[in-house]
Amino acid sequence: MALIELRAVRKIYEVGSETVRALDGLDLDVERGSYAAVMGASGSGKSTLMNLVGCLDRPTSGHYRLAGTAVEDLGEDELARLRNREIGFVFQTFNLLARTAAVANVELPLIYAGVARRERRERAREALEQVGLGDRMLHQTSELSGGQRQRVAVARALVNNPSILLADEPTGNLDTATSREIMELFDRLHGAGNTVIVVTHEPDIAARTHRQVVLRDGRVVADTESGP
Amino acid sequence: MIFGENFRIAFRALWANKMRSLLTTLGIVIGVAGVIGVVSIVQGLQHLLTKQFEGLGANFMIVQPRQQFGGPGMVQKPVRLTWDDGLAIRDAVAGIERITPQVFGAAQVKYRDRVHSSFAIGVNQDWPAVNNFAVDRGRFFNKLDLDRRQKVAVLGLDVVDELRLADPLGKEIYLGSVPVTVIGVMEEKGQTLGQNLDDLIFVPFDTALGVFGRSAAEQVQLRLRLEGTDDVDQVREEIRQLLRRRHRLADGDPDDFQIVVQDEILEQTNTLLGAVTLVVAVLVGISLVVGGIGIMNIMLVSVTERTREIGIRKSVGARRQDILVQFLIEAVTLSIVGGAIGLLLGYGAGRLATSLIPGDLPPAHVPLWAIVIAFGFSTVVGVFFGIYPAGKAARLDPIEALRYE
Repeated sequence: MALIELRAVRKIYEVGSETVRALDGLDLDVERGSYAAVMGASGSGKSTLMNLVGCLDRPTSGHYRLAGTAVEDLGEDELARLRNREIGFVFQTFNLLARTAAVANVELPLIYAGVARRERRERAREALEQVGLGDRMLHQTSELSGGQRQRVAVARALVNNPSILLADEPTGNLDTATSREIMELFDRLHGAGNTVIVVTHEPDIAARTHRQVVLRDGRVVADTESGP
Repeated sequence: MIFGENFRIAFRALWANKMRSLLTTLGIVIGVAGVIGVVSIVQGLQHLLTKQFEGLGANFMIVQPRQQFGGPGMVQKPVRLTWDDGLAIRDAVAGIERITPQVFGAAQVKYRDRVHSSFAIGVNQDWPAVNNFAVDRGRFFNKLDLDRRQKVAVLGLDVVDELRLADPLGKEIYLGSVPVTVIGVMEEKGQTLGQNLDDLIFVPFDTALGVFGRSAAEQVQLRLRLEGTDDVDQVREEIRQLLRRRHRLADGDPDDFQIVVQDEILEQTNTLLGAVTLVVAVLVGISLVVGGIGIMNIMLVSVTERTREIGIRKSVGARRQDILVQFLIEAVTLSIVGGAIGLLLGYGAGRLATSLIPGDLPPAHVPLWAIVIAFGFSTVVGVFFGIYPAGKAARLDPIEALRYE
């Protein structure tokens, strides 16, 4: 059984009087330990797919099983729990709390997981060391560079040992050198056994992954394996 | 489970906007300070008045003239209550142990070149026994002094001090233009509402009339001590009927006098203080509501400002209730901190007020129930006005919230 199983998934929005079919009968499986890129032009349904896979949203119709759990049947609180335990988000805009120390940002998922204070701090420290920011623990996020901020976000995504690392244009706001750094970090995390899914429209970013899924008009139009 | 964590988050958020938090909670501060300030003063007063009048005993009674207002053309009938009325009561009503007239007014006393503005009180020899006062040095005037219209006086302690009479007995002082000889000094009695009981000059009734003028003889207060406490109501009714006959009141006319017993004095002061408390409670209620609306307003602003933070928290696993509790605790913390500041301010104001008004007010006294109510109401206000903004935050869609700029 695949880690992610999407079957005939539709997501339909009403925008004014218009009906937008963001996802229109999409099928996709992702195995545990994959390193995949989701590509497509803007409006192809990439972001909607990410929101669904990340349990931020539910499909209008179709089925989504995450690690065996039927997500479409879950309530708000259960979705929140899944996000907490199974998903680690990395956003294009970092989405860190302002005026807050790096380590406190990384602790955030552990707070909602109910982890005790001391253990929280310890695990957050380990996660920051993993992304190479062990010496920046107590820095405010505003004192960090873009690349450092994104690494804090990655540490936050990792800290609760999720099933999937879900990165939405993680290098979109970074320069080339920093982008490479972040992608090397993802390579390493995949190498350590993590499932990594990167949404991107940049071919060279996608080329680093082992599988490229291309969307158009809410469906998968190409799905190529290139990895080992 | 993460309750403590929410408190930390709330404090950090409030601390990050110190000035705004302070201004927001000002309504609560003022409301609670108001209730505590007034309650502390009123409670102090009540405490003291109760003590004062309970000392008089249940067999104590006051008869005083009462001006009637109203009637055709708002004409005021002059009311009279004289010592003749008092003597008639003494002779006709059974069960009265002692009765004294009392006239009271401001008066200047002079000894050599020292002048002091004090109060003269004209009474008879029974006054100390009726009012539970005692003489410290010398003696009070007796029936003989009164009959002979002796120009004598008994001084309160403060008068002795003000005139710097090292050895007051036998000294001749001037009460207005009337020379009187000091024959005694009263025991220290302390102060009561609006009146320093040690700043009094006791003189025989007739002597006082000489100072205040004959018209004072028609506005006399009568003070009585009954033989027992069982027949208070009966004595009172007999006095009432007697005075109505003597004052030739027709059947429909209201009494032109008032008979007050100790229970009623206590009841009246309690009613008055209760009314004051009620008015203040209403004002405080209004200010708490206004303060609560201020908190709701700023919490709504805060929720909007922190939309993205809410999105981030939700994306990493915060449930609706986590967000709800976080913002609710923030609102309640705001109002409770306001309540605490108000409590201190109110207590300080109460103390300041009682210390600034010399001698007249008892020490401020904050009862536990007022503190409980202050904090209780602050919490209720915080929850009541915080629940809507917190609910709004909790219901935010995480995708929308993350996209919010």
